[in-house]
Amino acid sequence: MKNTNEMEIIFDSRSANERFARVAVAAFLTQLNPTVEEVSDVKTAVSEAVTNAIIHGYDNELQKIAVKCQIKGNVFVVIVKDDGVGISDVEQAMLPMFTTKPDQDRSGMGFSFMEVFMDKIEVQSSLGEGTTVRMEKTIGKGRKVWNEQSL
Amino acid sequence: MKYLIEENCLTIFLPKEVDHHQAEEIRKTADSVIGEHHIKYVIFDFAETEFMDSSGIGAIMGRYRMIQLIGGEVWAVHTNPRIKKILTFSGVTKIMKIYEEDEK
Repeated sequence: MKNTNEMEIIFDSRSANERFARVAVAAFLTQLNPTVEEVSDVKTAVSEAVTNAIIHGYDNELQKIAVKCQIKGNVFVVIVKDDGVGISDVEQAMLPMFTTKPDQDRSGMGFSFMEVFMDKIEVQSSLGEGTTVRMEKTIGKGRKVWNEQSL
Repeated sequence: MKYLIEENCLTIFLPKEVDHHQAEEIRKTADSVIGEHHIKYVIFDFAETEFMDSSGIGAIMGRYRMIQLIGGEVWAVHTNPRIKKILTFSGVTKIMKIYEEDEK
């Protein structure tokens, strides 16, 4: 299949790397010629997933997080993986406003943001083994191809 | 973090990117200032802010919880369309008003 591409980065679960992760993903995304809005959407979703891995997956312990991006045509896939504690009830975790750490200023909106800013999200998690969040977004949806327009 | 205290009003000039990393500093600074200066109103100034995620929402909610006990209010100013979208979607606009400037 033409127009496929892939990259993977692995970094320490430090909060300073939240910015690194979303900027790296955004840089990789630019080859699909996304709008500013689409870049912001993906950056927000990546930030949420990586923050979850740091705060919840590893409970602020220093471990590794892997972020993988795949391009398949005009579909952009981001996979954020940690080997942390895992989520006991994924359905409950994804409810808006649900948080296990309300005392730490967590809004409970992380998964909701990922859902609203991406087209598709799948969460796989097992206790003691870690969590993988896979998100998909079609880039350039509804955008008119320039050469279809009459001049 | 830049901030300004005017009587019982604290204006927090938010950084370019408000994520979990930055929110920690905002929380620490804001909480000590709110405690020391008997702050009742907190204004979040988004003039410099281009990016915010749900950690920013958490930081706003946390400060609201502190000052609502004494009948305080939180406000947002200088929000760009992206920030407005994030604020509105999160539902935080139920507790925080967005100050809209007059159309020029």
